[in-house]
Amino acid sequence: MNNAKLEELALKERRRQAKFRRRIFCCTSTACLSAGAGLTRQTLDQAVAACQCDEDEVEVVPTGCIGLCSRGPLVRVEQKQQGPVLYGNVSAEVAQQIVARYVPVRASVDEVENDGDSAQLSAHDILHFRSSLRAAGKKKELDKHLIPLDLPFFAKQVRVVLTETGQINPDKLEDYLAHDGYQALAHVLENMTPEEVCDEIQRSGLRGRGGAGFPTGLKWHFVRQEEHSRKFVIVNGDEGDPGAYMDRTVMEDDPHRVLEGMIICAYAVGANYGYFYIRGEYPIAIRRIRRAIRDARRRRILGQSVLGTDFGFDADIRIGAGAFVCGEETALIHSVEGKRGVPRIRPPYPSKSGLWGLPTVINNVETMANIPAIITRGADWYAAIGTEKSKGTKVFALAGQLRNTGLIEVPMGITLNEIVHEIGGGVPGEGEFKAAQTGGPSGGCIPSTYLDAPVDYESLSKLGSIMGSGGLVIIDDSTLMPEFARFFMDFCVDESCGKCVPCRVGTVQIRKLLDKIISGRGKPQDLEALDKLCWLVKKTSLCGLGQSAPNPVLSTLRYFKHEYEGLIQDIAPVEAGNGQV
Amino acid sequence: MNANQHLSGDERYTAIDRTMEQFRFEKDALLEVLNTAQEAFGYLSEDLLIYVSQKLKVPLSRVYGVSTFYHMFTFSPLGEHNCIICTGTACHVKGSDRIVQALEEAFGINAGETTTDGLFSLTTARCLGSCGLAPVIVIDGQVRGKETPESVTKHVKGVISLSREEQLVELEAT
Repeated sequence: MNNAKLEELALKERRRQAKFRRRIFCCTSTACLSAGAGLTRQTLDQAVAACQCDEDEVEVVPTGCIGLCSRGPLVRVEQKQQGPVLYGNVSAEVAQQIVARYVPVRASVDEVENDGDSAQLSAHDILHFRSSLRAAGKKKELDKHLIPLDLPFFAKQVRVVLTETGQINPDKLEDYLAHDGYQALAHVLENMTPEEVCDEIQRSGLRGRGGAGFPTGLKWHFVRQEEHSRKFVIVNGDEGDPGAYMDRTVMEDDPHRVLEGMIICAYAVGANYGYFYIRGEYPIAIRRIRRAIRDARRRRILGQSVLGTDFGFDADIRIGAGAFVCGEETALIHSVEGKRGVPRIRPPYPSKSGLWGLPTVINNVETMANIPAIITRGADWYAAIGTEKSKGTKVFALAGQLRNTGLIEVPMGITLNEIVHEIGGGVPGEGEFKAAQTGGPSGGCIPSTYLDAPVDYESLSKLGSIMGSGGLVIIDDSTLMPEFARFFMDFCVDESCGKCVPCRVGTVQIRKLLDKIISGRGKPQDLEALDKLCWLVKKTSLCGLGQSAPNPVLSTLRYFKHEYEGLIQDIAPVEAGNGQV
Repeated sequence: MNANQHLSGDERYTAIDRTMEQFRFEKDALLEVLNTAQEAFGYLSEDLLIYVSQKLKVPLSRVYGVSTFYHMFTFSPLGEHNCIICTGTACHVKGSDRIVQALEEAFGINAGETTTDGLFSLTTARCLGSCGLAPVIVIDGQVRGKETPESVTKHVKGVISLSREEQLVELEAT
């Protein structure tokens, strides 16, 4: 298949979609599925089938994350010449009300032919459905489920990575093509040299979205300059931070975008094979990426001749088995090789000696998903979004004590205040905002006094936290900070791979000190010891896990020291403590 | 008997064999093979580790080392009903530890254990990624969000007493 054929397919799909008077999008991402979207979709399908309206009247599209996960299952209705309408908390009953409002019913009853996804219905079923639709239509409750689309939650966002999530059927290559999918790849293969691609990405200012923020273009240049006939690309989908699910959403809801970014990367660095490394805990993401690879192979977007050119590339999936440390690139490489996922000392960096000792690019899912947009719209356009040193947008999984939780994409440099109070709608109930936790177990807590700080790599690290992969958990005053720090330390103790001593032993000792302080047995000097130990672990651990494991403790010590001190002063000092540290 | 079948006649070995063949018995595919084994059997028994080691020609020590490194592999069978409590950050902030505690007290087991009658296992997960619905639990594959300690305990007790009745009926029948 070449580019002309690709465009032909895209055009055909665009025409097919344009003929429908209405399209009903049902979110089927993990969060909404957990809230019962499976039944919602089934009901929509069956109810629409039972209406037996004209073929070009309506289409039900299973789609990806619409964003406002706390109000799931979400259903969006798009009508010709009218703006889209969004409904939240759509149970099966509400789904019937939606169908009753938007879909006309044909008078006669025929046996329904089984077309595609919709279930086979007998005449009896149809009549049954129609009567429940009539009953549902009489209820006037549907408007209560309406979610205005001009909410700050939506209006404040800038979508680059998530452009198509919630707009397309992730299992359908044609749908991605109809939204200009694989046009960036075609452009790159036709008009750009590998060096130009690396330059373009470097000029855009894109930095790794896995957390560390290394300039992506520079990394690609390193691998491109390696003279080796075999090189690899790995997409890091081992999203281990608790409270973060950006990468999963992108893989589940727009798998072809990640794949396209990966193929462009492979062309730029001269790799002919690549792996998706995906957490085993993400079965839907695995399934959808697997399908994307299969469909792309069938259309010759993957294979010996990508889009009819002499560039060949193929990709496969490796499934992680639940080890947080495998997000670290050298540990990840060991895991792909079927070994224990322990990190090793760098250098040599994977760009010199990676998978099986060969030059390897490892990029995070979100980084890859940025690539097609940068190529299509240009490095200058991308560099205009964000701050001086942090360009573009960042996807965050907004969770915790907030009115609106879900998945958001915001320009770099937005303030925490805007995210918490405008997008998130503030803390619900009686509680008061206490801190924003970014970066999961590797990050820190940012108190309310710094809410005006811009969200970018530099200012977050100045505040003692990190950008991280994008988990953003808001806590209110019901959470005690030393206890919260211990929660993360528990995590790091469990996840430490055991290779280097500072991390293996240090994290356990930090947790013991926290235990002692929280149980009221702590002495004033324990706080000093805690601080010292944290810095020791931070400075001397082998990999990023150990180097960042003390961050939650250090940042809470910095901003909420009074809580630690309060725990110590409350108890009579002399006999307290068993001396074990 | 099929020539390719495992000598025990256990069909589940066929799935493992298929994965090994798919990767042309490459040693690098150890994780994939173990994943398949875990899926097929529900846990990795000692026999299973030996089988994989012999078939892939990988030292048993390495098979053991790799399988114990990753959290997703388990080495004892789960109970008939399994409840996974998400203990990710968002769920933690919304009180998932109280749910774990309530279930531990109600069934007299710790997280990660199975009741002696084999009816119920309690496990925890790092993050199920449904943070918008925190706290989240999974009972027998069914995800439930915005739960409380009381609602979960009640639901689990309901599920288990149903099974217990079935067990009794079966016993009487035999």
